[in-house]
Amino acid sequence: MTDNNVTRAEVCAAAIADAFKDDGEIFGSPMGMLPTLGARLAKLTSNPDLVISDGESLLLAGTPPLFAKADVIEGWVPFRRVFELITYGKRHVMMGATQVDRHGNQNISAIGDFDRPKRQLLGVRGAPSNTVNNRTSYWVPKHSTRVFVEAVDTVSGVGPRNARQAGAAAAKYNDIHRIVTNLAVLDVSGPDDTVRLVSVHPGVSVTEVQAVTGFELAVTGEVPETRLPTDEELTLIRNVIDPKTLRDREVPPVQVSA
Amino acid sequence: MSNKPRDKRMTIDEIVGTLEDGMTVGIGGWGPRRKPMALVRAILRSDLQDLTIVAWGGADIGLLVRAGKVRRLIYAFVSMDSVPLEPNFSRARQEGTVAEITEIDEGMFQTGLLAASQRLPFLPMRAGLGSDVLVNNPEIKTVTSPYDDGEELVAVPAINLDVALVHMNRADMHGNATYLGPDPYFDDLFCMAAERAYVSCEQIIDTAGLTGGPENTPVQRLLLNRMMVSGVVETPNGAHFTTCTPDYERDEKFQKAYATAAKDETAWAEFEARFLSGDEADYQAAVQAFHNEESVEENR
Repeated sequence: MTDNNVTRAEVCAAAIADAFKDDGEIFGSPMGMLPTLGARLAKLTSNPDLVISDGESLLLAGTPPLFAKADVIEGWVPFRRVFELITYGKRHVMMGATQVDRHGNQNISAIGDFDRPKRQLLGVRGAPSNTVNNRTSYWVPKHSTRVFVEAVDTVSGVGPRNARQAGAAAAKYNDIHRIVTNLAVLDVSGPDDTVRLVSVHPGVSVTEVQAVTGFELAVTGEVPETRLPTDEELTLIRNVIDPKTLRDREVPPVQVSA
Repeated sequence: MSNKPRDKRMTIDEIVGTLEDGMTVGIGGWGPRRKPMALVRAILRSDLQDLTIVAWGGADIGLLVRAGKVRRLIYAFVSMDSVPLEPNFSRARQEGTVAEITEIDEGMFQTGLLAASQRLPFLPMRAGLGSDVLVNNPEIKTVTSPYDDGEELVAVPAINLDVALVHMNRADMHGNATYLGPDPYFDDLFCMAAERAYVSCEQIIDTAGLTGGPENTPVQRLLLNRMMVSGVVETPNGAHFTTCTPDYERDEKFQKAYATAAKDETAWAEFEARFLSGDEADYQAAVQAFHNEESVEENR
């Protein structure tokens, strides 16, 4: 493959960057590698006001490569401050998801019956806080019927219908923004707050995405293709943010354009 | 008579000797970061049982549940970062060996400790609404705002601790203590939510050395004041195998060995015999020997 070929991981990075582009001056809080790449790409292109961290306790003034340590520090966000920012609301988190259901609920807690789970995962972590306080997106590196299920086993992240049913205090700041996967971009604006197909990545068909989704996706009209990264974005991804091509480990290369 | 505040130095075993069966014990640090592991190991060696453990969980929870010390767990997650799922914790959950599970949101966890530190029965917040945290923990109630908004919020119950155990970088003999790494975590909150708090630290130094000094430590790093602390113990490498930045980082090799051993009965028995059968000095010596062997392997 030559350098000019755009990979699936690069399409995902640009789609993730687009999730952060309208956020303005808030804390972009990506969990994991591709979300970090995408958020940093947004900071270098569409949203230079975005506030980013080293993934631990420091806010970075610059936009360093993935896993680089040294950068100018512009702020301090120990965990206690992260929780303050969640309730303050100026934060957009992109979390992982072991399961996502038709109504945009997410699960990272346990698979099976909660009292005696088949598989104990991390625990709900901050997902209940995030989803009723600040903008929340999800990143799913491997779109499958195991992840996209009719109903999640343990509601960790709260989707819009659950929030609405829980009352005004829950719905007020519930804002599930995007679900970006290795195949498509989704949101929760389908009928009755359901997951909707926003775009399919180049080389992927709507039928293919539906086939690996465990519920019927809402579709409105012709589903567009996810945009390709611009030349500027490709240069930034390849030479600045991820020169070691770590992105291909999370989303194995599928050539999407010549 | 001395005109100084009292000397609160204790040994690890004296501290753990003050704990009783059935107590609620908060463990400071975060996941695999700056955990009071020497004190956790001392609990493993003790006869204590039926404990309620409250923690941003890592291998502390894994070790204690594997050793059968825990009746109830209160946590929001259990993880070792580079090993995302804690195998001993997963096993305990999947085999149902912990009688009572209280898995709550991280924000709720902080708020519960805050309520305890403020001697309040609860504090309101949004977190939990709409999620299964309220389904799986029906004892957690909601409260309606008495103001015009009338919002129904979660009344996060206070997490009152009998004892808090935390690990700091430096302390004095009176219990004043500093963290030198990037994050204070919630160690002050744990201490203030507890009836008694015990601090282990890398080094006990003169009070004057806690600020300024060769490390030019700013005053903001004095997280714990002696009024929050009942006892203090010097335990060099006492957070091992978690981070204790800048004194040392996480022992990834050892963590990997721990996680691998936890998945197999025979390997776990060997791990326990090798590392957890003696006292803290034996543990530290065994860790040293483990690394010596590893480096011999690497140089072969």
